Amino acid sequence: MNNKQNPAHTPQVELPPEETPVSVYDLTVAYHRKPVIWDVSFEIPPGKLVGIVGPNGAGKSTLIKAIMGLIPKASGRVQIFGKPYQKNRHRVGYVPQRESVDWDFPVDALDVVTMGLYKEIGWCLPVRKKHRARAMEALERVGIADYAHRQISQLSGGQQQRTFLARALVQNADLYLMDEPFAAVDAATEKAIVQILQEMKQAGKTALVIHHDLQTVPEYFDYVILLNMRVIDHGLTAEVFTPENLQKTYGGRLTLLEEATETMRRREQSL
Amino acid sequence: MKPFVLVFLFASFWPECLILAATETGTIQTQQSITDRSIAIPEWNDWKRVFLLKDYNTRIVVFGTTLLGMAAGMIGSFALLRKRALMGDALSHATLPGIAIAFIIATGLGLDGKTLPVLLAGAAVSGLLGVATILLIRNMTRLKEDAALGIVLSVFFGAGIALLGIVQQMKTGHAAGLESFIYGKTASMVASDAWLIGCAGLSCMLISLLLYKELTLLCFDEGFAVSRGFPVILLDMTLMGLVVVVTIIGLQAVGLILMISLLVIPPAAARFWTEKIVNMTVVAIILGALSGMIGSAMSAIFPNLPSGAMIVLVATAMFLFSMVFGIPRGILIRKLRRHELNRKVNRQHLLRGLYEFLEARGRLKEKQSSESTFVPLSKLLQMRSWSLAKLKKIVKRAQQEQLVVALQEDQLRLTKAGLLEATRIVHEHRLWELYLITYADVAPSKVDQDADAIEHVLEPEVIAELESLLVQQSTEGILQSPHTIEIHQEETKARHSSRRRST
Amino acid sequence: MSGLEQWNWYLDGWIIVAGILCAVSSALLGNFLVLRKMSMLGDAITHAILPGLAAAFMISDSRSSLPMFLGAVIAGILTALFTEWIRGFGKVDEGAAMGVVFTSLFALGLVMIVQAADHVDLDPGCVLYGAIELTPLDTILIAGWEIPRVVVVLSIVLLINLLFVIFFLKELKLSSFDPALATTTGFNSTIIHYALMTLVAITAVASFETVGNILVVAMFIVPPAAAYMLTDRLGTMIVISAILATLAAATGHISAITVPRWFGYQSTSTAGMMAVAAGLLFAVAALFAPRHGIVVVLIRRQILAWKILAEDIIALMYRIEERNPQLKPDATYLREILFSQSVPTSLTLRYLTKHGQLSDSNGNYELTETGRDHARQLVRSHRLWEHYLVEHAGMSAENIHKQAEKLEHFTDRQLREKLNEDTIATDQDPHGRPIPPEEKTN
Repeated sequence: MNNKQNPAHTPQVELPPEETPVSVYDLTVAYHRKPVIWDVSFEIPPGKLVGIVGPNGAGKSTLIKAIMGLIPKASGRVQIFGKPYQKNRHRVGYVPQRESVDWDFPVDALDVVTMGLYKEIGWCLPVRKKHRARAMEALERVGIADYAHRQISQLSGGQQQRTFLARALVQNADLYLMDEPFAAVDAATEKAIVQILQEMKQAGKTALVIHHDLQTVPEYFDYVILLNMRVIDHGLTAEVFTPENLQKTYGGRLTLLEEATETMRRREQSL
Repeated sequence: MKPFVLVFLFASFWPECLILAATETGTIQTQQSITDRSIAIPEWNDWKRVFLLKDYNTRIVVFGTTLLGMAAGMIGSFALLRKRALMGDALSHATLPGIAIAFIIATGLGLDGKTLPVLLAGAAVSGLLGVATILLIRNMTRLKEDAALGIVLSVFFGAGIALLGIVQQMKTGHAAGLESFIYGKTASMVASDAWLIGCAGLSCMLISLLLYKELTLLCFDEGFAVSRGFPVILLDMTLMGLVVVVTIIGLQAVGLILMISLLVIPPAAARFWTEKIVNMTVVAIILGALSGMIGSAMSAIFPNLPSGAMIVLVATAMFLFSMVFGIPRGILIRKLRRHELNRKVNRQHLLRGLYEFLEARGRLKEKQSSESTFVPLSKLLQMRSWSLAKLKKIVKRAQQEQLVVALQEDQLRLTKAGLLEATRIVHEHRLWELYLITYADVAPSKVDQDADAIEHVLEPEVIAELESLLVQQSTEGILQSPHTIEIHQEETKARHSSRRRST
Repeated sequence: MSGLEQWNWYLDGWIIVAGILCAVSSALLGNFLVLRKMSMLGDAITHAILPGLAAAFMISDSRSSLPMFLGAVIAGILTALFTEWIRGFGKVDEGAAMGVVFTSLFALGLVMIVQAADHVDLDPGCVLYGAIELTPLDTILIAGWEIPRVVVVLSIVLLINLLFVIFFLKELKLSSFDPALATTTGFNSTIIHYALMTLVAITAVASFETVGNILVVAMFIVPPAAAYMLTDRLGTMIVISAILATLAAATGHISAITVPRWFGYQSTSTAGMMAVAAGLLFAVAALFAPRHGIVVVLIRRQILAWKILAEDIIALMYRIEERNPQLKPDATYLREILFSQSVPTSLTLRYLTKHGQLSDSNGNYELTETGRDHARQLVRSHRLWEHYLVEHAGMSAENIHKQAEKLEHFTDRQLREKLNEDTIATDQDPHGRPIPPEEKTN
């Protein structure tokens, strides 16, 4: 009987909790009482570019949203730099999926980026010139300063994605959570995002990125989390990103587990 | 001042100018019978009285409805962008039972049940109860938002009607006063009412001004707002609360059935004039103010026109005008842009046709003036599904742009500029074809159509990217076509027409 | 005094019949409005038929039916069309487009009615909330019977709606569920959509004299919404909505007569009370529906929590017995291990004792034979799951216990067998403890 496990590849030196960007213990999240992720636990060392990889429906977006408390967790604990998310919110930048908003909304790219500063500006106070200047800098960093005054529906998909990235950058956070920033973008945008990620890493920041394209994982990320309802494995890309682990992540769905989950839901309804 | 505001101000005032002009000639009126309630054209003096606000009463009414329109325009902008336009509908219907109960209770306590603050307090309570019920149904049952709205709207309204039936029987209550809340009765507005509307409306505007960026963020990207720690639920409640307040202060002027229109129509119309939320709010405020002003003025002049309905119809007229003539989002300008694009597409097709014709016969390198570089129209006609008349029109336009010259009726030749342009177009087309074949796995036989559909809308940066992506293939300058170019075949025609059918 | 002593079988009977006919014919169509998430389009159309009605009055100078229906049907279809156009061409959000169209048309209608008021006896109030109380007075002679005109009209409309729903049930079902699929399989869902909107307009016109054009929304939406809470099947839903509509109409009229008397007033608007009655029926359905009701869902959740606690207790008892057969734990001991609240635990313990799974000797508990059987199966499920998770899900041994804990409560014998097949034949779980057999082995 194979009882040998893949123990979590935790960093060799135990870090003090306030230096660990994200630590997740036993996180379970359910949508309509159907569990989407089960008992997920991991810790991320600082200053790493972390890719979250897994098949469709593996709960990748759910994981990121649960880390930020956007959706309620059924159980478990999440800490950002050793504190609950609510306490350290200012240190987190979030790049949502592009589809999550209505791009017909009457704002231009600069307005969207400025939104990243609203919290900092404070209640009831207007946006000032210096804030716009900072937003413009962020747009320059992602290389679309020329389009700052275009209404957002007139931006290409890649430009929209970069606008979202700029909105996160402008916050000057220490940890960035990105939900599929590479989905359906042009090569120039992909390059720009990778460049930004590298700059972030150099500045000692951490990024947690949901990623779809397995081929580019080793190139872009130095740390991966393999997710399929639960964490299959996590650790340095070189150690963890193995064909065997990928097989486990993408291959054979846990049919019985799903069946049981389904029964659980049905039973709860029909009781 | 931004030009659109000026255009807009003019546009909204001109019907009045017309009416004013018309009345000067039409002042001689025959005596009317007393029972005739059809619209009479009033005397010039009546006009003057209303427009110079000589009447104390008119002054109050116009002041009140204008402020109401401004407040509704501002709050409505957020409600519209939050996609909650119909919430106002359900909510305003839901105020009726509250009004009736407030009247019954106030009368029971020996107070004057018809004072506006009492009735509006009742309206607010039952409006909020309506919102709570909608949220309860939407979140706790399997029914969707639309059903929740419909249920609350109709059941609350039914309860209100039943209660009005009782109010009518009360000794003190001529229910006529209450029924005016259903349709609105601006004329019954007194100074204190106008002050109430003014104060409440201005406070609503002030609150939404203070929360401007927070509300914008809420409407645009709720998830991001939560992740940044904004109290989204509280903000949402604030917005709904503002809608409730605006709705109930509008009850008296336009009535509960039409109140939603002041919240929806001016912002929806404003959206056609701008791509910036700040401008949209400003335009919506102006439009709302104008609807209130003009509508109530007209109803003051023509006593037979119900004020609420007139305010709405004025707003509708502005909406229609904006929808058609609005820049940059109106229908006309978009049609025009589409037309431009079609022209561009046709021109590009023509140039590409000429180029490919010459290329197939190896005459590209020949001197442009020589005989052999002429292309007969009939050959071009075979290449695309153009009618002769259309082709001639396209050619004529290309001639004006000095891209081609026509020798005789049916002989065409590219000019120098034309050849340059054609080379660029063909290059881009083939780049795109190559890209589709290499990266999108499109069969070479089909690639022409796909490239055709997209190439005209490519941005320069995408072209540059294509170039760099396909750098190996494109070193030769102008690309070879990845498929055989069908020039003579009738199939081309058949293929294009079949494509047209399928799209 | 109840007010019913003035009951007049002729008058009140016809009023109830008219109310029922109106409510049922609306509810039949309303099912599809609710299912297609178009309730508010129904609301918009009923508002927007006003100018159609007014135009018909102005032209024909009377309340004759044909021009009225024609005007309203045109207005109704125009509402649907305009909404679609403004949404499509003007790129306006659908709700807003609807709001623009129906309020504009309603305002137009209002102006027209006020202008027409001299020519035709038409009270705007009557259009809004009907005058069902007056319907028995306006009769026509059919086969020697004096039947109220409204009843005749509504019967015809009911018949049309009934035939429409019966004959096109399959098409309606498909196009409500998946319009794209419906179109590709050859049913044109656009035609179905406009046919439905036409019938909604016709029904609204036929109803405006009884319940008025706003309260008919209550008849369209509320009974089907209540029926939707009660069943998962379309056919049943339609039947239930018709029954609820009938109930709402009848109780609506009776309560319009009786309820105000309790407070010393005369009777009130029947139409209003019909809407209220429908609303109350909906509230009852939404709260107490056997499967989807709010209360039931909450109770079900609670019961599930207790059931899991009960199973946790006996499984724990089994494990304790396994290790130390002499130990007879008390409630406090169990609670410390299970981290459970004291009241639910003692209640559950009492329940288990009463049902013969545990025996209670002065606060110390012991498994009975049935309890032990039950517990063995639970523990077997648990350990099989642990095994499965280790083997197939690559989970670390320290994690699996908790996960199996959740799953074991939902594992029946069939699933257990599958688990057994899927795991390598073993009689030990990953922690090295024995997996109990399915049946008792003596």
